[in-house]
Amino acid sequence: MTMLDAKIPNGPIEKKWSEYQATCALVNAANRKKMTVIVIGSGLAGGGAAAALGELGYHVKLFCFHDSTRRAHSVAAQGGVNAAKNYQNDGDNVYRMFYDAIKGGDYRSREANVYRMAELSVRLIDTCVAQGVPFAREYGGSLGNRSFGGVQVERTFYAQGQTGQQLLMGTNSAIARQVKAGRIERFSRHEMLDLVVKNGRAIGVIVRDAITGEIERHAAHAVVLGTGGYAKIYYLSTMAMGCNATAAWKAHKRGAFLANPSFVQVHPTSLPALGKHQSKLTLMSESLRNDGRIWVPAKSGDDRSPEKIPDSERDYYLERKYPAFGNLTPRDIAARAAKEQIDAGHGVGPMRNAVFLDFRDAIAQHGREIIQSRYGNLFGMYQKITGIDAYVTPMLIAPSPHFTMGGLWVDYELMTTIEGLYACGECNFADHGSNRLGANSLLQACVDGYFILPSTIGNFLSGRIKEPLYSTDDPEFDQAESKAREDIQKLLSIKGRQSVDYFHRTLGATLWDCCGISRSRESLNRGIEQIRDLREQFWSDVNITGGAYEPNSELEKATRVMDFLELGELMCIDALHREESCGAHFREEYQTKEGESLRNDEGFSYVSAWQHRAEGEPILHKEPLSFEAVNVMTRNYK
Amino acid sequence: MELNLRIWRQDGPDTPGQLVNYHLDNADPGMSFLEMLDAVNEQLINNGERVIEFDHDCREGICGSCGMVINGRPHGPAQGSSTCQLHMRSFQNGDQITIEPFRASAFPIIRDLKVDRSAFDRIIDSGGYISTNIAAAPEANSILISKDEASNAFDAAACIGCGACVASCKNASAALFTSAKVTHLVNLPQGKVERSTRVVQMVDQMDTEGFGACSFTEACEAVCPQQISVNHIAQMNWEYNRAKLGM
Repeated sequence: MTMLDAKIPNGPIEKKWSEYQATCALVNAANRKKMTVIVIGSGLAGGGAAAALGELGYHVKLFCFHDSTRRAHSVAAQGGVNAAKNYQNDGDNVYRMFYDAIKGGDYRSREANVYRMAELSVRLIDTCVAQGVPFAREYGGSLGNRSFGGVQVERTFYAQGQTGQQLLMGTNSAIARQVKAGRIERFSRHEMLDLVVKNGRAIGVIVRDAITGEIERHAAHAVVLGTGGYAKIYYLSTMAMGCNATAAWKAHKRGAFLANPSFVQVHPTSLPALGKHQSKLTLMSESLRNDGRIWVPAKSGDDRSPEKIPDSERDYYLERKYPAFGNLTPRDIAARAAKEQIDAGHGVGPMRNAVFLDFRDAIAQHGREIIQSRYGNLFGMYQKITGIDAYVTPMLIAPSPHFTMGGLWVDYELMTTIEGLYACGECNFADHGSNRLGANSLLQACVDGYFILPSTIGNFLSGRIKEPLYSTDDPEFDQAESKAREDIQKLLSIKGRQSVDYFHRTLGATLWDCCGISRSRESLNRGIEQIRDLREQFWSDVNITGGAYEPNSELEKATRVMDFLELGELMCIDALHREESCGAHFREEYQTKEGESLRNDEGFSYVSAWQHRAEGEPILHKEPLSFEAVNVMTRNYK
Repeated sequence: MELNLRIWRQDGPDTPGQLVNYHLDNADPGMSFLEMLDAVNEQLINNGERVIEFDHDCREGICGSCGMVINGRPHGPAQGSSTCQLHMRSFQNGDQITIEPFRASAFPIIRDLKVDRSAFDRIIDSGGYISTNIAAAPEANSILISKDEASNAFDAAACIGCGACVASCKNASAALFTSAKVTHLVNLPQGKVERSTRVVQMVDQMDTEGFGACSFTEACEAVCPQQISVNHIAQMNWEYNRAKLGM
């Protein structure tokens, strides 16, 4: 085990980023043209980085597995993006926003990064507006805000319930502009299969063209991953079907440490699973909790229709348990409280796996029109999926895996433990600790891509100006390409009895059971065993039809699930080693008498960063967390 | 529920395709349309056959990946809905359902129900953006935008780029898609600076890609999952004429 150095600049927290920018090395405009940067992923983080690097004049190769850069899963974020603009004059500022995120993350995030995220939020809104993002407006024409879970100010900017889509269209337009300028080379329907590392440094990638099936080699002076999170590992999650961990996991196997992999956010308000055919769970934005009230029948097993249950027989359990924040408690607390009610037999809906989110009182107070203007598209979406009119009948909602706070370990410059390999957005770990606050994910992805990476990458590339690109004929490229081809051949040759989806569903159910909203030593040990068995079964019994050199969506799924089957085990190992409860990581052995999390700051105030080994258990490294700008407290939302 | 499916199978752009019959006897009314196709593919895998290829991702109607012609209508019978949001409760037990790809010469077939819509990206590349540098933005509230302007821009910006408009059009026109981007930007003060060059470049690119002309049948609006109005096409035409007349 080693202690990791995050290279945090010295000085007071509010000066660190400006100090860094004033002193970091730069690459001049003439030299930038000669340097190639590979970016994997075209969401707000990867796409934002690609656009910003293109603007700076670098030659950017941008890869995405979708048919268009406009489809990355950032597109699905509904609620909004936070910024400390204090337009509402309600006492907000950068420090308060930073404090909320540190506290919301249950003191398991890196202070300097979180402060920088809050600091840069202010400029981000300016950038988005300039790109043409149609945020909600007040009658006078100024920008509107709303409130999100875990905070007491209104700092969330939004575009109806499609904020992610609108921000991504902004990013996509910035990408398009650089494509036209010839600075971004765009490779759609290309999926990264491996990272090429030479002497500890990232020198390129291996990708598969999803139409021809050809395996390609691409070299670069630096590689940036903006590949998103891995919550799809649970199969049933709010993630898109294609969300995967392959790029990050392959980087991990090539030497990048993976941090806090067990920190997974379960969103309290998704639609419940309604049958065994279910392929994903649709999120209902947290913004609904501004006006909707969450409740369950006070009597377990009460199966009257909700309208018939009088107020005296309803348990508005969040308002009861957390009067100060009520329905707007942070996500981890709201999700766990829902699970508690469902486990105690108060669950509602056909599978008794849900709670009610009720707009009756809000409609009575504000009128249907106002509620429709705020959430019209969400109510419409709910009706399309369930056939139920939520203006009349309360919504059924349930907890669902939604975001991964864990990810590739990065230093202050967003560089991983592999030199020249960067990770932006959800695929890194740094800003959300053990629980992310709503509307901070769009924020982090955007500031990482637009503002931070374009500065920090120069500090690395400035030392590489005279170095030519490594040749793709290098033996490291040969080795990585052969490995990718071997994996594919092996997968296709098994011809077993079970589909890839079978393995994915089974893995997801195991993880949900053993490493979900709550975990215990017993469940995690069981999870590790089961995942190992499942992995063995996968490599002897998976059935993939079709060939390697053609469009083959089953093969694409298989290359992702094969990595999930390894990552799942590491998630359990990480959760097992962390003998405390913090944020989304709730270990049943470590709770107060009232059932709240019991953090252990003496033992676990660190980031766990795991090093992969080809044989044997992974090695744990630690980055100690020190808090200078905040007092570490017990979270209290009562 | 039991379903009789006729699904378009085609190996590649240069090979002939055909409708193939499939039977599914365990569909559930609560399934989404794509989950129903997952079930068909599961059967195919069990028989050792290659699966039906189709694009899909978010399965919540926002990424724009999915899209197929269902019983002659892009995205199927539900109003304002993408294929992934269509549920089997919209069909009856024993129904015959015909499933085909989005057809247009500017959307070459890749395989089965998967088509190449990269022409849309090239239309955006041609000028569908505001030329602003990331760090060059003025303070956000220095650009005041009325609620109506913001709302009009949003209505157009809500386009998910699925291509149903093209598939529904007898001319395979991309006018609704292109106009949505043109009007999204021109309805905002910050988008007005480049209004003339933008509309001319985008319309030219649309023509270059081989999309047909708009003859205003409004079929596109009828199938658009985001219910984007053909009024945007009228506004695009106005903007185009304005630009060409040098107004």
